[in-house]
Amino acid sequence: MQNTELFLDILQILVFFSLLTLVAKFLGRYMARVYQGERTMLSPVFAPLENGIYRVTGIDKNAEMNWKQYAVAMLIFNCLGMIVLFALLLLQGHFPLNPQKFSGFSWHLALNTAVSFTTNTNWQAYSGESSATYLSQVLGLAVQNFLSAATGMAIVIAFIRGLARRTSETIGNFWLDLTRTVLYILFPIAVVAAVVLVSQGVIQNFSGYKNVSLLQSTSYEKPKLDADNNPIKDINGNQITVKIPVKEQRLPMGPVASQEAIKELGTNGGGFFNANSAHPYENPTPFSNFLEILLILSIPAGLTYALGRMVGSSRQGWALYAVMLFLLVLAIGVQYWAEYNGNPLVQKIGVHGYNMEGKEVRFGLGGTVLFSTSTTATSCGAVNAMHDSLTPLGGMIPLVLMLLGEVVFGGVGSGLYTMLAFVVIAVFVAGLMIGRTPEYLGKKIEVTEMWMSVITVLTAGVVVLLFVAIALITPTGVSSIANPGPHGLSEVLYAFASTANNNGSAFGGLNANTVFYNLMTALAMLIGRFIPALAILAMSGSLVKKKYVPPSVGTLPTDQIPFIIWLVVVVLIVGALTFFPALALGPFVEHLIMQGGI
Amino acid sequence: MKEIKKAVLLFVVLSLLTGVLYPMVVTGLARVIFPRQAAGSLIYKADETCIGSSLIGQSFSDPRYFWSRPSATADFSYNPLASGGSNLGPTNKDLVNRIKECATNFQSTGIKRLLPADLVMASGSGLDPHISIEAAIIQIPRIAKERHVSEEKVRNLVQNYLEDRQFGFLGAKRVNVLKLNLALDNL
Repeated sequence: MQNTELFLDILQILVFFSLLTLVAKFLGRYMARVYQGERTMLSPVFAPLENGIYRVTGIDKNAEMNWKQYAVAMLIFNCLGMIVLFALLLLQGHFPLNPQKFSGFSWHLALNTAVSFTTNTNWQAYSGESSATYLSQVLGLAVQNFLSAATGMAIVIAFIRGLARRTSETIGNFWLDLTRTVLYILFPIAVVAAVVLVSQGVIQNFSGYKNVSLLQSTSYEKPKLDADNNPIKDINGNQITVKIPVKEQRLPMGPVASQEAIKELGTNGGGFFNANSAHPYENPTPFSNFLEILLILSIPAGLTYALGRMVGSSRQGWALYAVMLFLLVLAIGVQYWAEYNGNPLVQKIGVHGYNMEGKEVRFGLGGTVLFSTSTTATSCGAVNAMHDSLTPLGGMIPLVLMLLGEVVFGGVGSGLYTMLAFVVIAVFVAGLMIGRTPEYLGKKIEVTEMWMSVITVLTAGVVVLLFVAIALITPTGVSSIANPGPHGLSEVLYAFASTANNNGSAFGGLNANTVFYNLMTALAMLIGRFIPALAILAMSGSLVKKKYVPPSVGTLPTDQIPFIIWLVVVVLIVGALTFFPALALGPFVEHLIMQGGI
Repeated sequence: MKEIKKAVLLFVVLSLLTGVLYPMVVTGLARVIFPRQAAGSLIYKADETCIGSSLIGQSFSDPRYFWSRPSATADFSYNPLASGGSNLGPTNKDLVNRIKECATNFQSTGIKRLLPADLVMASGSGLDPHISIEAAIIQIPRIAKERHVSEEKVRNLVQNYLEDRQFGFLGAKRVNVLKLNLALDNL
């Protein structure tokens, strides 16, 4: 019985990765065609629309940009998106499509959320079903789900052009890359995926919330409040409570499926509801769960293949895919083992089975672990189980995947460009060790490339350590922590690992909707997004000018197994050197406490 | 300056495409092809009153019904306006005490064997509509006794409402508590 379940979970994971590999190849080939301006099967529908957009907006289809122009266009566009979203959230109470009569966000929450969605993080210090209007959801948050994803993809394509082009000045046109991403890639896939999700039970409507009568009514005790909202106490100092009967259930409604599809596809992760993809209306069946995980990984996986196509060697793309796949499978193995063994403190009270706190029955352990690791390996951050309630080592896995810099597939675009920065470092270090000239794909790695790669790789790490330290020495920072002991440290570490790396998932116990955390995490998200992005564009500007050096006996082959292993080692060592002390004090100590008993 | 104008215009066009056209297309298709699912998979009684959703769990404490998993939603269990988990860490005393209390509650109904984890640990959404097969089976004696029917009859009902892994290998075996309890009332 137990063994069959284990076998079926493993089968589910094997089927998943076989399918992902196929998707990577076909989607990757399609994306390469889109970005190279070739005809695709969707051109008959979208090419006229695309040309129409360029005519209306005055964009010159044949204009090219150097890296600085590309960066300026990207910054203007993202700034604009942030301002519009900030205003929309602040003023949502005055706009239509608000059947629940929600009022506007507070200024710091609106700021945090606007930054969060434009940086592709989707950190959520608010709870969707009790604060965001339908208009904010579709015209604010979902729009940025598309546009922040398209921004990340445009940047990585500009970087790939820097590698692929020879002795050139320009790296493409930001407006074209952005428009094509939305039209040819995100929009069509999202429409199809959303409808399939509805077939499984994800809701899609604009109705008001619905009251239904319960089969068995219940009641709850609520503290009685005086006119100033202070709890009233009796003569002995005990709180007076009133019994409130519950005969009805109020079901939230909304355009969920359309949000859900792009939330996964663009590795955004911001849920319609507070419980995110654990909520049955966001993720109702094992198949919807499987599809959502596939959507999360499709584009990041496909981009590795697109890279291979665009630089003229598929093997180079597969090599990076292999590195990412290896690290993800390793993470799945460890987390599955940790959760499968369960919580000994609970087993002592006559309970058997794996750790079910914060998990849904329908996904099973396989579907839960696959989601939890995939969402943090990429910068998605949607969750189908509460990470705060994972076992210490099980919860360390998402933390580590984020702290590695979101390179195990990573965010759409951002994951691949950060991994390419690691490649540059790996090539350079290997070159020093074996006395070969550091070059990648025929381009010499020199001082500029090294500087920009180091900035890309280390920015998030510096922000995490610095901001965690600040949070832990300020009383306001510490007062938000919900769980005592080493787990509390993990909560703060997780918050900044998640925001600085633009993931957006959370150890939900931390009360993040305070002025302190809203501003600190917003700053972490901004730095973590735009400093690496600018460094990558600058590196592309430097690479694109170089001439092509044909491979010689002195070249280190970057599409062979030794290099794949070397790259895995470099990623792990950089991560371990930066974060080992923090992980030792958080998850490791907690693991020992759990084994020893409290 | 020219770039700012382009940025504003492109932002407006893409917002219309992804923020207006996209949700409208999806809503339209959903309403035509899958109207029941799009509206929330609601369950209606014979007199057309809505009794809940097959996807959203409800709280049960009456011994005549199968009990759902604990729920950590705010104010009261299975409050759909406050979806979420307990967010208690694995070594938190509050978690262990809460589970102990819940386990004692089950043991007081005469259950001697080890309890399945899902029955005493809260779900992530707080709205989990399912329990595991084992969690249903250990409640059968209590329900049979309370309703004065044979255990055999209740067991057959659970068998009928057993949902297998989707396509044979996805997810987990489970039972929908609300559907099962509705069927109990019709027994």
